[in-house]
Amino acid sequence: MLELVFGLLSVIAVVSAIGVLVVRDIFRAALCLIVLFMTVAGVYLLLHADFLAIVQILIYVGAISVLIIVAIMLTRDARHGQPLGYLKYVAGVVAFLLFCAIAFGVINTAFTVQATPPLEQTIQPLGKSLFGDGGYFLIVEIAAVLLLSAILGAIAVIREK
Amino acid sequence: MFTLGLEHFLILSAVLFCIGLLGVLTQRNVIKVIMCLEIMLNAVNIALIAFSQYITPVALTGQIFAIFVMVVAAAEVAVGIAIVFSVYRNKESVDMENFNILKW
Repeated sequence: MLELVFGLLSVIAVVSAIGVLVVRDIFRAALCLIVLFMTVAGVYLLLHADFLAIVQILIYVGAISVLIIVAIMLTRDARHGQPLGYLKYVAGVVAFLLFCAIAFGVINTAFTVQATPPLEQTIQPLGKSLFGDGGYFLIVEIAAVLLLSAILGAIAVIREK
Repeated sequence: MFTLGLEHFLILSAVLFCIGLLGVLTQRNVIKVIMCLEIMLNAVNIALIAFSQYITPVALTGQIFAIFVMVVAAAEVAVGIAIVFSVYRNKESVDMENFNILKW
């Protein structure tokens, strides 16, 4: 059953990712991207990462795709450039070789998979390791500073002189 | 029928990453390049969470890394779209050809 769900989700994910690349209308490409984000949230659920699936829906589907769609709306009638010639095939070969290398590495590595059953819910352990003692609290603070500086930088870049 | 394992998630992640890489290398529209970057970051997140599930199922290290990847992705897309707007205002274009004004 899980295998069937995984196969369905990965087919939808790969098809919508290819759709982002090949669909000519950029707004429809953004819709393909939203479908991809939702299927990735489903993959997270298959991996028992319930909190991250919710965060994926909230941040990617809720915020990032809205930002991208606003950007598309504001730059709608931008003219299209010349398609690039043989470099497209070079890029395809590079991407395919990278995939072959990763697949070779994945298949030939003996991962030490733990037999421990997955946690029932992950919110409490995630909160404890993010904010508890000996956790990642300093990195949370740094992430807050990073987000603040990103917002300030975006406002400074976008402001009319 | 196969049994679901770590390898399947990693292969899915590799496929999505390579599709995103192909898009970043070939697309002309800057917004599409940003979208393909998001595909790549999502692929990395799938790999991190798969490792977290299968290798450190109690410590959840991979999920914490995935949260920080999401934070960086949000910051990146905000700054990136701000840069796209500001170039669009000057050049009236979102083609990658016109993103060379920093070139010496």
